[in-house]
Amino acid sequence: MVYDTHALAAPPSPASTGTPLVEVRDLSVEFVSRESTTRAVNGVSFSLAPGEVLCIIGESGSGKSVTMRALMKLHPAKHTRISGYMRVADHEVSAHSEREMRDIRGSHISMIFQEPMTSLDPVYRIGDQIAETVVHHKKCSRADGYARALELLKLVGVPSPERRLKAYPHELSGGLRQRAMIAVALSCSPTLLLADEPTTALDATVQIQVLVLLRRLQQELGMAVIFVTHDLSVAAQIADKVAVMYAGRIVEYGSVADVLQHPAHPYTQGMLASTVSGHMRGQIIEAIPGSPPDMRVRIEGCSFVPRCKSVKPACRRGTPALVDVLQGHQAACANFV
Amino acid sequence: MKPMAERDFANPLPINTADRGGRQQPMLLVQSLKKHFPVKSGLLQRQKGAVRAVDNISFSVLKGETLGIVGESGCGKSTLARLLMHLITADACTLVFDGDPVSEIRGITLRDLRKNMQMVFQDSYSSLNPRLPIRNTIAYGPVVHGMAKSDAERLANDLLNRVGLRSEIYGARYPHELSGGQKQRVNIARALALTPRVLILDEAVSALDKSVEAQVLNLLNELKRDFNLTYLFISHDLNVVQYISDRVLVMYLGQVVEIGPVEEIYGNPRHPYTRALLQSRLSMNPAERVTEPPIGGDPPNPINPPSGCRFRTRCIFAEGVCEASQPTLDAVTGDRHPAACHMTDPMSGHTKAAA
Amino acid sequence: MSVASLSDLSAAPPTEKLPPVRGYWASVGNRLRYDYLTIFFLSVIAIIVVLAILAPLIAPFDPTKSHMAYRLKPPGFRNFMLGTDELGRDMLSRLLWGGRTSLLMGIFPVLLATLVGGSLGVAAGFMGGRTNTFIMRTMDVVFAFPSVLLAVAISGTLGGGAKNGMLALTLVFIPSICRVAESATTQVRGLDFVEAARASGGSTLSIVRTHILGNVLGPVFIFASSLISVSILLGSGLSFLGLGVEPPTPDWGLMLSTLRAGIYTQPLLCALPGAAIFITSLSFNLVSDGLRQAMDVKA
Repeated sequence: MVYDTHALAAPPSPASTGTPLVEVRDLSVEFVSRESTTRAVNGVSFSLAPGEVLCIIGESGSGKSVTMRALMKLHPAKHTRISGYMRVADHEVSAHSEREMRDIRGSHISMIFQEPMTSLDPVYRIGDQIAETVVHHKKCSRADGYARALELLKLVGVPSPERRLKAYPHELSGGLRQRAMIAVALSCSPTLLLADEPTTALDATVQIQVLVLLRRLQQELGMAVIFVTHDLSVAAQIADKVAVMYAGRIVEYGSVADVLQHPAHPYTQGMLASTVSGHMRGQIIEAIPGSPPDMRVRIEGCSFVPRCKSVKPACRRGTPALVDVLQGHQAACANFV
Repeated sequence: MKPMAERDFANPLPINTADRGGRQQPMLLVQSLKKHFPVKSGLLQRQKGAVRAVDNISFSVLKGETLGIVGESGCGKSTLARLLMHLITADACTLVFDGDPVSEIRGITLRDLRKNMQMVFQDSYSSLNPRLPIRNTIAYGPVVHGMAKSDAERLANDLLNRVGLRSEIYGARYPHELSGGQKQRVNIARALALTPRVLILDEAVSALDKSVEAQVLNLLNELKRDFNLTYLFISHDLNVVQYISDRVLVMYLGQVVEIGPVEEIYGNPRHPYTRALLQSRLSMNPAERVTEPPIGGDPPNPINPPSGCRFRTRCIFAEGVCEASQPTLDAVTGDRHPAACHMTDPMSGHTKAAA
Repeated sequence: MSVASLSDLSAAPPTEKLPPVRGYWASVGNRLRYDYLTIFFLSVIAIIVVLAILAPLIAPFDPTKSHMAYRLKPPGFRNFMLGTDELGRDMLSRLLWGGRTSLLMGIFPVLLATLVGGSLGVAAGFMGGRTNTFIMRTMDVVFAFPSVLLAVAISGTLGGGAKNGMLALTLVFIPSICRVAESATTQVRGLDFVEAARASGGSTLSIVRTHILGNVLGPVFIFASSLISVSILLGSGLSFLGLGVEPPTPDWGLMLSTLRAGIYTQPLLCALPGAAIFITSLSFNLVSDGLRQAMDVKA
């Protein structure tokens, strides 16, 4: 196996240069039904520089996907209450209407999913789907659209792309479908790519191909990427920055090396400790006891208290804010206040 | 980390201590297990081919061990589990359970096999009956096997407590009121209700979050010791399999490509596919990023698998001989770690074959 | 981590307040409680049913007794609160009594068809293979006829009368209920918990009873409840054509038919049984919709 030990240093870090590409401040998302209100996201703030990869890590129900979908305004308005400020490039997403969002989706911001069939239409050929998106957003001719489609399939490493342009999604294998979906997402050269666990359903040997591809494309095209995953090792492979979410809040934020090598928050530490590896054979894994809280119930204080092994009286008093542990490495834990 | 602690229980649960064949008799002997699913199409439903889900597999499971079964999706590992449980009928198979051939004269019946061998399912959403309180779900098996209802419910309560769900709180609950990890505990309790000797765990922790997965793995380790169980642990997660298994069986497109002790498989893999699988594991260290995928492509369609060695289409060492003849998992007597690859067979004619 | 916390695997932290245990049907009931529209129409049905049941006690006149002197009188004429029909019979009494027949025509065939069609469907779905093909193709043959035509044809062949009318309606409803039951069963049959039950050694009958029925009953029940209004309409239709209830037994459909004569002189009278049919069938329909919504929510 070839390791690129310089990979971390390689991407240019525009974070210091100008304004961030993405800015989210105090985002809250609530799902309202007749019986209950689910507070899926509670005051999330982060920013992302152009060309940077942010991994949002969290378990199911932590609000990681909800946060990302809120950026695209994909939640049905009827049952969702969103508050907070969201900006992507020049677009203030939080103030945009559904109509304005439709122009932004697929052009400035694209999204890829865990299940490619959610974004690929089963009754259209792959080539038609890509060309259509290109024609719609770029207002170019169909011939140009098809040329771009071919170019994109080559870019994402689909073998014999001319033949695959005419294929229907179900005729492709899982890995190729995933590549085709990425091609559709890249068709209008987005500045921000949102990835919702795009490799989770893939086999190990295919997952690594897609990850390597995504990282290469990100660097070549200079896209910013928000990558949602529950898998710490996937984050280790692709992220520049990592945000760990628990119960609808970011509990730790920092560079991928800082967070994964020197975790500060007890939850991140617990996640790392409970990730199994071979050398633990015969030992009891240090699992985090209990399970994540019910998001329908409002919690006083830090929501990790019931599962935390270092609880102080201060933890029950108020929700801890993100504070600097080190330069650029923040954790929301009363132990650091 | 602390060593496993001894624990005692106020209410000991029954442990199946039957041992018919003796210590050295394998718990399970599987010989030439085969299942092809016909693929029909067209107006007349004519058979056009077959998905070779499980194609001539032989292996054995020793008493008290955990045999890990790894492979990618479509390699037939879940079909294998269902074949062993006789949930689907095999095209061909000889199954010997602790010395007794299954459903043959002078062997044990299917009913007895199912009492001794149980399965934990993966998908926690569909594995529990949504209209049945979990206590009744667990008690169902014993009741079917003739236990009085009140006894079965008491057993279910004990089992719930044993897997970490307080029966007075959870017993009357319905599956939708439980989290994924809790459902998986119920799943395990149900499988234990018939006091089996073998548990087949089909991706039993794959759908769980990492922190919960760790809890369930701890529980499985405890239960194995307390109930004297033998595990068949099916998973696609190589780290988990390495953690829990004593021996590992690697499957590719319905066939076994390599089998051996866990240290051997992970430390000295002999089959190129096993090597590729192991190299596809992601490091937790961001400084160790993979820049070149170990192998390309997807697993081929099992409907028309490649001739000869099924892995040759993705193998970097493929030669003419790999296309011409199928390598066999030659379990040479005494070989603890056979691999189905021409390169391991000096007589195969492969240029890289170990002389 | 301490060993104690290992045995305390109970996945809920001690501080968490657990929501009350609630079975499926209880949660359906709870959802219905907040569905005011459904509750309203449910009460309408309740009132209609109670009135029909109490008809012998509250009907002011004998529904079959004619007062030949007062034919086709408007509502409010003398003691006839809702007027009289073409034979001078009290409309109110006839409507109340007619409700008994009409409701019976609406509910009984659906019940019977649910029993027969449901069993056939569950059997077909669970057995699969040839049994399924045989049962379902037979149903398809019946289903291929338009339901109204089929009902008319069957009761025409059997002859008139309420009993034969209901039998005809039952036969008409069996295939569609069977189909719903079959598809629900097929869906459930493939789920892991049924496999697990088989792996536990459960017999076919015990698996169907414990694991299949509970999951199939819901969808079948919803569908059947939506058929009640159809059944009322079809039953009235049969009576209207003279194939269902025979005179002088009061029935809304029959009343509609016989009052046709007076449609120009007393249109309001003619509208009364029509309105009764309309309100009843609408109520059943909306309640069925409400039920569907309340039962549809997945966990």
